[in-house]
Amino acid sequence: MSNVPSDLKYTKSHEWLRTLSDGTVEVGITDHAQHALGDLVFVEVPEVGRKLSAGEPFAVVESVKAASDVYAPLSGEVTASNAALAAEPEAINSDAYGKGWLMRVRPAGGGAGPALLTAAEYEKLIAEEGG
Amino acid sequence: MTRRTPLFDLHQKLGARTVDFGGWDMPVQYGSQIAEHHAVRRSAGVFDVSHMCVVDLKGARIRPFLEKLLANDVGKLRAHGKALYGCMLKETGGVIDDLIVYYLDETWFRAVVNAGTRDTDLAWIRRHAAAFGVEVVERTDLAMLAVQGPEARHKAAALLSPAGSLAALALEPFFAREIDGWFIARTGYTGEDGFEIMLPAMEAERLWRALNCAGVTSCGLGARDTLRLEAGMNLYGNDMEESTHPFESALGWTVALEPRERAFIGREALEAIRARGPQRKLVGLLLEGRGVLRSHQKVLVPEGGDGEITSGTFSPTLERSIALARVPAAAGSRVQVDIRGKLHDARIVRPPFVRHGKALVS
Repeated sequence: MSNVPSDLKYTKSHEWLRTLSDGTVEVGITDHAQHALGDLVFVEVPEVGRKLSAGEPFAVVESVKAASDVYAPLSGEVTASNAALAAEPEAINSDAYGKGWLMRVRPAGGGAGPALLTAAEYEKLIAEEGG
Repeated sequence: MTRRTPLFDLHQKLGARTVDFGGWDMPVQYGSQIAEHHAVRRSAGVFDVSHMCVVDLKGARIRPFLEKLLANDVGKLRAHGKALYGCMLKETGGVIDDLIVYYLDETWFRAVVNAGTRDTDLAWIRRHAAAFGVEVVERTDLAMLAVQGPEARHKAAALLSPAGSLAALALEPFFAREIDGWFIARTGYTGEDGFEIMLPAMEAERLWRALNCAGVTSCGLGARDTLRLEAGMNLYGNDMEESTHPFESALGWTVALEPRERAFIGREALEAIRARGPQRKLVGLLLEGRGVLRSHQKVLVPEGGDGEITSGTFSPTLERSIALARVPAAAGSRVQVDIRGKLHDARIVRPPFVRHGKALVS
């Protein structure tokens, strides 16, 4: 059974979001997603300063099997990205919600991004997907 | 509707994730694919390869039939149980399939062909067998397990009778024989030592569980693919197919043009290709930096022309990305690969990348 922390928000495309005390939002892929992908061997994170629109691919995670895009769950500017994943992509497998974070974003005001899910809603989604 | 091997229920019980592979619902991994890979390089792993098609070919004129059917020459098979790897070709020289044939006696050879090409292979074999009076019997009653790794032979042999164990351990590489009612071959697709065991379907689950108890790791097709690619072995449908010929698929060594009078299917086409020189070649690639090479990525060759990756992966043994690629024949040693619109440096190397647990490239 996948780990779905109750204090995070989620997307249908299996990203998680955590709002930090400085107002930025940390983003990664869920435990369910890392499990489905298998052993991760390469991660491409976005450059700091990049302006993202909600829904656009901002990172690539590659397992032994395949490369997968990760989609921005909100619009904003990248304030940090997890460079440690270059040397240790498997951190996403072992600690998807901690050391496996991908980027931090300062949200752009205005337009709402895609609808976010609560932990309960996300759990329901992955149960329906057979996770 | 996908097909299932006799071990499907066991795979489910063992928690395997399965995928459709050539129309078969097959285990891709049980736990970590990389851990399964390392188990085979360092100790022993077992794979269900029952989806592959075992065909017995019987008849007094079996040798002349196979001399026509295969680009490699069964005339090389003089010792009982000896195996030969080779291709069936179209008249154009394109590869219909690669296969192994075992020489059992003067009226009986056994072939093992790929799952995804089973129907075309059987139709092709039957079409040509008729003229030689050769009987073609698909052995759907058999399951096939590949036990691979440096400790594989000893762990598997320990499960046989005392006499059977001695006989199995006495098998030379690329030989097979019937032992304790099982067909045991010292062959494989991983670059490690080991056996491929064909046995009655009903007995397969018991053997698998006994191997697990002996410390042999259950391995899926995911690890099988990274292992074969490290070993520099082609995968039909990726690295060669009906539109490519053996000389541009690093399979020239499996084409026996001598003796000259052997009129195998595809011979004329191959002789013409050889006379004008192959335009392309299949090579190994080693990615210099980080990233993962994947099939269909474009390869830019400074000597001119483009190539394409036919199989690419992350090599767990080398901890970097490797690939097989079809490139212009003039390609030298340096190329660039287009990965999502960015060019990455890669080096042309001669496969295998890894053999018997050791890295052969750096």
